[in-house]
Amino acid sequence: MTLLEVEDLTVSFPTADGVVRAVRGVSFSVDPGQTLGVVGESGSGKTVLTQTLLALTPGAVVTGKALFDGTDLLQLSQRQMQHIRGAQISVIFQDPLTSLHPLYRVGWQIAEIIRAHDKTVSKKEAAERAVELLLRVGIPRPEQRVNDYPHQFSGGMRQRAMIAMALANSPKLIIADEPTTALDATVQAQILDLLLNLQRDSGTALIMITHDLGVVADIADNVMVMYAGRAAEKGTKHDIFYEPHHPYTKGLLESIPGSSAVGDRLKPIPGQPPSLINLPSGCKFHPRCAYVLDRCVTEEPTLHQIGAEFAHSSACWLPQSAAGLGDTAEAIREETVREGRQGAAVVVAETIATSPEVL
Amino acid sequence: MTDDVLVRVDNLVKYFPVRTSGMIRRTVGQVQAVDGVSLEIPRGKTLGLVGETGCGKSTLARCIAGLLPVTSGTVNFDGSDITNLSRRRMIPYRREIQMIFQDPYGSLNPRRRVGAIIGDPFAIHKTVTGSERKRKVQELMERVGLNPEHYNRFPAEFSGGQRQRIGVARALALQPKLIICDEPVSALDVSIQAQVLNLLSDLQRDFGLSYLFIAHDLEVVRHVSDEVMVMYLGRVAEAGPKAPVYDNPRHPYTAALLSAAPAADPETAATRQRILLTGDVPSPIDPPSGCRFHPRCPKAQDLCGQEEPQLEVKAGDVTSHVTACHFPVEAGENLATVASRREGL
Repeated sequence: MTLLEVEDLTVSFPTADGVVRAVRGVSFSVDPGQTLGVVGESGSGKTVLTQTLLALTPGAVVTGKALFDGTDLLQLSQRQMQHIRGAQISVIFQDPLTSLHPLYRVGWQIAEIIRAHDKTVSKKEAAERAVELLLRVGIPRPEQRVNDYPHQFSGGMRQRAMIAMALANSPKLIIADEPTTALDATVQAQILDLLLNLQRDSGTALIMITHDLGVVADIADNVMVMYAGRAAEKGTKHDIFYEPHHPYTKGLLESIPGSSAVGDRLKPIPGQPPSLINLPSGCKFHPRCAYVLDRCVTEEPTLHQIGAEFAHSSACWLPQSAAGLGDTAEAIREETVREGRQGAAVVVAETIATSPEVL
Repeated sequence: MTDDVLVRVDNLVKYFPVRTSGMIRRTVGQVQAVDGVSLEIPRGKTLGLVGETGCGKSTLARCIAGLLPVTSGTVNFDGSDITNLSRRRMIPYRREIQMIFQDPYGSLNPRRRVGAIIGDPFAIHKTVTGSERKRKVQELMERVGLNPEHYNRFPAEFSGGQRQRIGVARALALQPKLIICDEPVSALDVSIQAQVLNLLSDLQRDFGLSYLFIAHDLEVVRHVSDEVMVMYLGRVAEAGPKAPVYDNPRHPYTAALLSAAPAADPETAATRQRILLTGDVPSPIDPPSGCRFHPRCPKAQDLCGQEEPQLEVKAGDVTSHVTACHFPVEAGENLATVASRREGL
């Protein structure tokens, strides 16, 4: 049974400079107990996507459907949404310092979220639950630390407190938006480990938004790679890391120092991500793509199935057999480029090849 | 005298006084940001400096660049002692030592044009003037992969990666010998990060630059460095050539850091044994006795809390690979099980 089913979601923001098309037709689903990793660079729409699900994007023009346990989240009133947000779906944000209120004690803030959704819980009970939750997320001496203010907590402990708040009402889905980006490596490892264990114990589904492929490799089951407001590629973790089809996914893997796809010299993706107000024609990645074809310049590809697995799909005109990091796949890509690059794409490819970023 | 070493830092100490607030500001303690660090940066090579927030790596860099006075110890640059020089006497060395900062937004004045920002070093040091300056600036812009025609634009018109290139061009202007890069790519997206790292390595090759490269991302440091130094709470935990330190870490902290770094490969992520450290980095105002890492160390014994380990070559290591630990990690030893056993207690 699917817990969350998002269909053809689009989100745009009218601004003075033009319409910002932050999310342009994204579909995905999450099953109970599963972890979906959403990967993308700044401005790829990954945060807007999940915030829209919780009605946290005021002023946005939203179309599409988002069925959560059978209810369309996008049709709910603010009041109905308040019953879901923090109770059935909770969020962990990147910056734990600004997400906690500096003037209230940590324990009070956790108790508040419990009482906000269940008035039958007494203040005393809620305070006791807060201690239990802090213990569960690994805060030492929780019965004393509940009375601390956020500034008395270290970065890692604040993020643990945020996780305690997210868990307070036993949600079915947790959305974690870059939860470890602000933390040091050893603390990041602790927090990821905690999230994994809690998920194993409670069966909560998790959407993990991150720019760090390392985090995804660690904890995701399925992965969605976003570029310029769309899913460039979706698949299981194995598909994305070992059989990538979209040149953007491949480019991301090749630009990480220390990944298996890299030799002595990094292979960066040339150019910059596009402006969401002024998107390029055709495939939005074509001005940076090493395998640009003529049709990429004019026609935008939609997601189609790659290989035998239904779960693996990619929005790229390259043939299905071009998936993978090996020589065979590279030969197929080159062959396709020889045939498919006769007109408009020739100029684009030349610009890419002579851009200062790849020299 | 010329030798292979450009920078030699000996037993550098930097304390910041902690004062009470109010009229009479009594000193009540010291933040021991850097506490007895020695290092050498070879000519034309890169020394990578790794450590977590608050370990003193940025303070150390600022002391070397002469931006902060040191409490004790010496900094020797290219054969001359530059420790605590007066502003005036420091000027010639400022040309030789340049910095690139982490934040490409905060480190460029938003009200000044890019040409003026990159040309500032020429103006300040009065090396190039007039129309010659514009030509030089445009040469630099081209060298770092910026369009020279964008000379008159403002920083806001550039993306994060391009702004970092502006910072690189500015650092290059006076043909320095040493560039201190303080987290130069951590604010950038992965694909852009790779562009800037490649640029830095090309410039090193072409101009024979030495880098002191500070980053918290271990894989980035592994990619760019020749030598690596790991710091913990103001002290050096382990240092040496890149390969032995990464492949055969002897300090439990280095081992834990390496195991904690997320690997962008699901199979590695699934099979590796992660050493989970308990707790957080202690305060540098009141650091633990003995080995500063001992309260979090899976191998700690009584001795570690009493006696501070010296930085020395451990049995079986190459002579330039030094570790400050009483009970260094042995080859094949599995610290992950030690860590979980301790947690169970």
